[in-house]
This record gives sequence, C-alpha cells and structure tokens, in this order.
Amino acid sequence: MKWSAVPLVAGRALQRHPMRTFLTALGIIIGVGAVITMVGLGQGARHEVEEQVNRLGQNVVLVFPGARQLGGVSIGGGQANTLTIEDALAIRDEIPEVVAASPEVRSQRVVVYGNRNWFTRIYGQSADYLQIRQWPMESGAMFTEEDVDRAALVAVVGQTIVDELFEGADPIGESIRVRGLPLTVIGVLAPKGMSLMGSVQDDIIVVPYTTAFQRISGRSHAMVINVQVYDQASMGIAQDKITDLLRERHRLAPHQENDFTVQTQEEVAQAATETSRIMTVLLASIAAISLFVGGIGIMNVMLVSVTERTREIGLRLSVGARGRDVLAQFLIEAVVLCLLGGIGGILLGLTSTNLIAAYAGWPALFSREAMVVAVSVSAAVGLFFGFYPAWKAARLDPIVALRRE
Amino acid sequence: MSHRLIELQGVTRVYRTEAIAVEALRGIDLSVDAGELMAIMGASGSGKSTLMNVLGCLDRPTTGSYHLGGRDVSALSKDELARIRNQTVGFVFQNFNLLPRTSARENVELPLLYTPEPLSWREIRARAREALEIVGLADRSHHTPAELSGGQQQRVAIARALVTRPRLLLADEPTGNLDSRTGLEVMDVIQRLNDDGLTVLMVTHEPDIATFASRTVVLRDGLVRADRRTRPRRAAHVLQDWQEDDDVVLPPELDEIGAADGAGPAAGVERTDEAEPTEVRA
Repeated sequence: MKWSAVPLVAGRALQRHPMRTFLTALGIIIGVGAVITMVGLGQGARHEVEEQVNRLGQNVVLVFPGARQLGGVSIGGGQANTLTIEDALAIRDEIPEVVAASPEVRSQRVVVYGNRNWFTRIYGQSADYLQIRQWPMESGAMFTEEDVDRAALVAVVGQTIVDELFEGADPIGESIRVRGLPLTVIGVLAPKGMSLMGSVQDDIIVVPYTTAFQRISGRSHAMVINVQVYDQASMGIAQDKITDLLRERHRLAPHQENDFTVQTQEEVAQAATETSRIMTVLLASIAAISLFVGGIGIMNVMLVSVTERTREIGLRLSVGARGRDVLAQFLIEAVVLCLLGGIGGILLGLTSTNLIAAYAGWPALFSREAMVVAVSVSAAVGLFFGFYPAWKAARLDPIVALRRE
Repeated sequence: MSHRLIELQGVTRVYRTEAIAVEALRGIDLSVDAGELMAIMGASGSGKSTLMNVLGCLDRPTTGSYHLGGRDVSALSKDELARIRNQTVGFVFQNFNLLPRTSARENVELPLLYTPEPLSWREIRARAREALEIVGLADRSHHTPAELSGGQQQRVAIARALVTRPRLLLADEPTGNLDSRTGLEVMDVIQRLNDDGLTVLMVTHEPDIATFASRTVVLRDGLVRADRRTRPRRAAHVLQDWQEDDDVVLPPELDEIGAADGAGPAAGVERTDEAEPTEVRA
C-alpha cells in the first residue's frame, strides 16, 4: 500500500472530530506533562545534591564515631564518643596521603551582639577546615594554628550571622557573646546557600576546635573528623590507612568491629542522590499512572472510532485494503493522536516545571533525553492502546462491515 | 475475441450458525464472457447478494470452483483476494459508499492507495482525474459527497471502481437509490463503459433496468432459474425520448408519471422483439 497516505488519512480522520481529538489528546498531554515535570524537578534536585556534595570539598574523607549504620550511611552521627582530638591529629600527622584533618564539634547556642541575639550553630574546627571544605572567605581572615593552640576567643561568621546579628554591617573586629563568652569576629565566610539537608549553610559560626571543646560545647570527643586527602587516586589507600590507624589507636581486637565509620565524599553523595533518585522514581511513577489513564482514553476513543467507521473499513477492504493495511491505519491514527498529546505534554511540562521552579524556588532541570523519552513513550502508548481497536477493525468481514448502518 | 472471464462450477455457499445451516447458493454454474453486460435478478433471499459477494471475491464459495480470468480464485488467501478486489474487480454499491467529508477526487483515489506496487502521487492524481473525466465529473473533483446530487455521487463511485482499470465491474443495485432519470444517466455511463470493453455484472430487481443488459440471469432459491440474452435498450435513447417528453410542460407532481410513460412503451417493444430465452437452467 501507499505508506505516505497513512498519516494523511489519520490526520484527516482526527480533523473530522476536533473536540474529541483534543480531549483525547488532553489525557496524554497531562500524562506526559506530569512525567516531564516530575522528572525535571527530580533531576533538578539530584543535580543540586551533586553540586552540594562537590561543594563539600575535594577529596574529602569523613570519619564518624560509631559503627556503620544500617543502610551504609551515617551523616549526622556523633552519638558515640569514640573519636578524640588526638585521633584527628594522628590521622593528619601519621598518614602521608592526608593533607589536613579537622575534628569537628557542633553546638547550638544563642549568640548576642549588642541588644540583638540569634540562635545558631557553632562549629569547632581546625585552621585548615576552610581549605578542606573549599570555602573561600568574603573578608577578614581565618584563625591560625596558633589561635587553635591557645584556644583563642576568635570567630569566623557566615553570611546569615552578618545579616541577622549585624544587620549587614561589617562585623570584623566586633565582639559577640556566647554564654557570656566574648568572641572577636575576625572573618566573614563567602555565602554558600542551602545544604544537602536543607539547612542554610551560611547560618554558622566557626571557632577553633580547642575553644569549642573547652569553653562552648563541654564535650571531649569529635562528632566528625573532616579529612582531606592529597589526591583522588589516594582516597582508597587513605581510607584503609585511617581505618588501620584508628583500630590500632582504639586497641580493637581483630574480631571486634570498628567503633568508627570512614566514608568518602562519593559515598555520602551516593546516599544523598539515592534518596533524591527514589523520590524522582516515586513522583514519576505517579505521573506515569496519569499517562496510563490517558492511554485508556485513547483506546476508548479508538474503539468508538472503529465502530463509527465500520462502513468505511468495509469499503476500504472491498477496494483492496488488506487486514494489515486497516490495522496499520488505525494504529497510526492512535500513534498520531498520542504524538500530538506528547508534543502538547512537553509544552505543558516545560511550562509547569518553570512555574513550579519560579514560585516554589525548587531547582528544575530539563534534559533533551526526557523529551525524547516522553515522545517515544507516548508513541508506545499509542501503539499499545491502539492495537486492540485496530486489530478489531482489521478482522472485520468486509461484507458485514459494508452492510452496517 | 471474446473469451471467458468468469467460470463458476457447482458453486455453493452455506452459512452455518450453531443451530442451522443456510444454503444461500446451492450449485451455481455460470460463465460470463469478457465484454458482456449482465443483469442478475431475483427476489430477496434468492442468493443474488451472496453470488455478488463471491463474484467480487469478498467471499469464498463453500464448494465448487470459481475461475476469474482463467485463474482459480476459490481457494485464495484473504490477502490474495484483497489483491484481486483491488486490481481485477470494481465495485459500485446501491448507497454509493463514498467517504463523507472527503472530496470526489480523494474518494476516487482510495483504491490506488492499496495497489500492490505503490504508485507515485503524481500517477494517483492523474488516474483519479482520468476516471472522473470518464464519468463526466472532472469539474466536480473538489466537491464532497454532500455537495453532489445522488446521480453525481454514483458516478463518483463508478469512477472509483474504474480507477484501478479493472476487467470486471460489479454493481449492486446501482440505480436503487436514484430517481428514474438519474438512474438512466448512470445506466448510460455503465453502457458506455461496456461499449469500451468492460465486463459489467449488475444486480437489480427492476425489470426496467435489466432491459439495458445484453443478458439476464434470474436466481431463485440459490439456483440459476433463467438465463436469457436480449438486445439491450440504449439508456442514451431513452434519455433522448425523455427530453422530448420533458418539452411538454407537466405540472411537477405529474413528472414521475410522465417518466414511467416515457420508459414503458420503449421497454415493452424491445422485450417483445428480442427477449427470447436462449438458455434456461433449472
């Protein structure tokens, strides 16, 4: 048969009932639009997570106290008291691949400046913490090793602190109070934005860990040790060496499990992206259900169309169309209908993703692949749901079909 | 020059439902030479529609053989039958069966979309135009069926049947839905096509229409009961007479009666002259 005539015939048939065509395509439009929106938002979230993990720093190994938790991830942690400051120093000094190590202790405290106060997180870190995190300074300077050694009362503050406590004024040289303890602000961190867990990373005060341990938190053990390794290739070796070193220092017998967890930045990233991936899959499957319902609409309308056009089918058969020609015609018609819906769905998806991204402030990402997939999926929906009606049309007896009123 | 186009031998067609078997054709022997214009008559239930379906390769005989153009087509596959319907046979239906909201040209092009070897669009356009010219409707090619009169619609349907240049034209009550005058016009087209060598078989229940055929076969209860050759009336002549009658100004409601009068005597004359049964099968 003449194949180039098939899409023309399909287009003509769809033109004949514009409202019906539109409403049927609407099912696919909404389905494809929903899938594109969900995948777009999901990919945006994932991209954002990856960015943030990269912002965590380069070649970073995190050592958490306590055994590896179920699911392989321990991000907050810090419950067990197994990591000491000495452990951190030993990691830095005894493992050649390690460039820097910072024992971290966090506390949440009210900070006072003048008559204003602000509830924030105070991080005790070593002098090379900003290097590990790849976190530049906005103004002023980071505290030094010397400050750490003598537990100096100095602080480096994040952008949120500048905004909330100093109302945007230059805080350098000013004195803030934590539980009556005066800290002199010596530097401001560059703004960093939201973290993996959704908290504002700029809402932070960094002080020497000695100061934090002795005068603020009242703890004696590190919640995390941030370790920077020399280069990417040394990550594995460094991990093994850290494990060996800590096992030795903690005097663990061979049968005993580690009382700490060593994770690379990639492992943390994987965990985080896994979470966002699961969310994406979940959202996309809900959206796929609406695409499926749209497909059922296609099937319904095609069945109606086959019934309505029984005589046309009979006529085509009587002038020499074979069953498979009729099958192809109705299949292509369903596919054309779905493709129209697919194109409309892409437009709807792009629009709604943009709107959601703009109003809710969520990151969104569209990939060309998502659109190609959306269009091919809608064509596949057409083939799948169009097949039964088309098959019904193809096996009509021309005599019976011609006689039908 | 004349050779066998159709050869039916002992053709039966039995429709089976769970409970009963209906014998629509009970053993038809029939041969038709190329170039004949044959009318098939019979009461409803006589099997003429079933015979038409078998002849048109829409249906297969239950037993017996059917040779079309020397080829046994009684046991062909569905796809091979479709090919014959496309290439060898043209159909004209009582209710025209044109696609609605589709131009005359596209209606005529329809069979060309299903040719075994796809034609170029240029060829398709040219052949549709040629077929419309044959039925005198080239200037109506962009009109949809709703914009055409009944007679014009049937002529479009004839053009559609001709467009694949078939050897056999099957017409099922081609004038059944038309008034007498347009019926005559359609018969005139059919007769002219027959003059050019096209074999035509038409089912009709109007004896009047059968008089335009060179041969009339009568079916009853699934068997051929009569088969006679006659000298056909020319539809063109009847139309001419008609126009003379038309000059007499008749009130509109008498038009119909006038038409019957005009056609009646002419038919009567020819029947008495020539209508001798040449062959009768019981």
